[in-house]
Amino acid sequence: MKEKRCYTYFIVLFLSSLGGIANAAEGKLIGTAGLVQIEGSGGGGIVPWATLAGYDSQDEIAVSAFTTQVDIDNYRLNAFGVAASFYDKVELSITHQRFDLKSLGGDIKQNIFGLKYKLYGDVVYSNWPQISVGLQHKRLEDKAIADLLDANSSNSGTDYYIAATKVHLGALAGFNAVWNLTARATKANELGLLGYGGVENKNYEIMLEGSIGVLFSRHVAVGLEYRQKPDNLGLGEDDWVDYFISYIPNKDFNVTLAWAKLGSIAGAPDQDGLYVSINGQLW
Amino acid sequence: MNKLILFSILLVSGCAINQTSVYQQLGGEPKVNEIVENFVIEIEKDAVILAYFEGANIDRFVDKLSEQICQRTGGPCDYSGDTMQQVHAGMNISETDFNRTVDLLINAMNKAGVSHRLQNKVLAALAPTRDEMLYL
Repeated sequence: MKEKRCYTYFIVLFLSSLGGIANAAEGKLIGTAGLVQIEGSGGGGIVPWATLAGYDSQDEIAVSAFTTQVDIDNYRLNAFGVAASFYDKVELSITHQRFDLKSLGGDIKQNIFGLKYKLYGDVVYSNWPQISVGLQHKRLEDKAIADLLDANSSNSGTDYYIAATKVHLGALAGFNAVWNLTARATKANELGLLGYGGVENKNYEIMLEGSIGVLFSRHVAVGLEYRQKPDNLGLGEDDWVDYFISYIPNKDFNVTLAWAKLGSIAGAPDQDGLYVSINGQLW
Repeated sequence: MNKLILFSILLVSGCAINQTSVYQQLGGEPKVNEIVENFVIEIEKDAVILAYFEGANIDRFVDKLSEQICQRTGGPCDYSGDTMQQVHAGMNISETDFNRTVDLLINAMNKAGVSHRLQNKVLAALAPTRDEMLYL
C-alpha cells in the first residue's frame, strides 16, 4: 500500500513537471486558482470553493492533477484525481478515494465525479465575490461497511453546492486575504465513504462550510477551514476543521500541509492527523 | 464556527488601519517613477505584451501612468490622460494578457524594492481600472 501511494505522488510530480514544459495555462494571478479539495473540486482542502482548479482565464483550458493524504489516528484517506477547467467557467473532475481502516484492516473505495459552473465574478477583481454552483456525484465501490452501518443507500449519492469566494487585495495590514463560504445539500456520511443517509435521517440537509486564509507572500498562504457535517447514521459524526499552510512556488505546482481535526468517525473519537496535498498543473 | 466568525471580523476590521496614503508609504514621486520605469523595461522584455505598445508614445505612457498611480494611491496628482476606455479601445486585451501584465507590474515593484504588503495596496488601488481595459 505504501508503494502504491508513492507511485501516485511520483505520477503527479512527473506530470506537473511535464506541465512546466508544456506551457500550462497561467492566465490568473499566482495563488488565485486556489487548491484542489479532497473530493476533487477546486477549493481549499476540505471545502469546495467558487474558484476553478486551474489557472485558466476566459481564453484558456487548464488541466491539473492532485493527490492528498489525510492520516488520522484510526484511518487514512488517500485521494487522487484530475480536474479540467474550461475558460474559467466550467470544471470537470474525477477523483478516486481510498479510506484505509488502520485499526480494523481493509479499506473503502469510492469514485467522485465533479462538475462546477461559475455563475458570476472574478475572485480578485469583481466587487462581489465569485459565485459558482457545483455537484459531486459519489459512487461507492465497497458497500459492505455502509450496509453494516444501516446507511439508507450504499450505492451512490450526489452533493449539490453553491460557493462564494473573494480575495481582498492588501486587506489585512497589506496582506491579501481570501474567504470562502459554501452551502452544500448532502446525504453523504463521512464524504459518502459510509454511504448516504441512515436511520437518523434519509433526506438532504444543508451544511455550511467556510474557509479563511491570508497570503503572507505571493507563495505562502495560511488559514483554516470548517465543514459542517450531517449525522445521518446516529454515530455522532462531527464537523471538520483544518489549519493549513500552502506553499505555491509557481503556477504549475503547490503543496499544502494541514492539521485536520475530524472528530468522531464511525465511533472512533478525536480523529486528528496530518493532511498533505500536492497539486500540479498539467496544461 | 465561532472561530470562523472571529476571523471574519478580523478580516473586515483590517481594512482601514493606516492613515498615511499608499503614495506616501511608497516614498512619493521617485519611487513611483522607478516602478513605472521598471515596468517599461519588463514590457520591453515581453514580446506578447510589447505587441500592444506598437506605435505607442512610450514617454507619454510613462508620464501618464506615473500620474495615474500617483492619483490612485492618494498622491497629489490629477490624472490628465485619456480615459482607460479610450486608451485601450480596439486592443481587445484578453484576461490572460491583462494578468500577465499585472505579473510584469509585480516584477517591476519587486525590482524597485517595494514590500509585498505595499505592492498589494498598489494593486488594490489600480484594480478598479481593469473593467475599463479588457476586451475593448
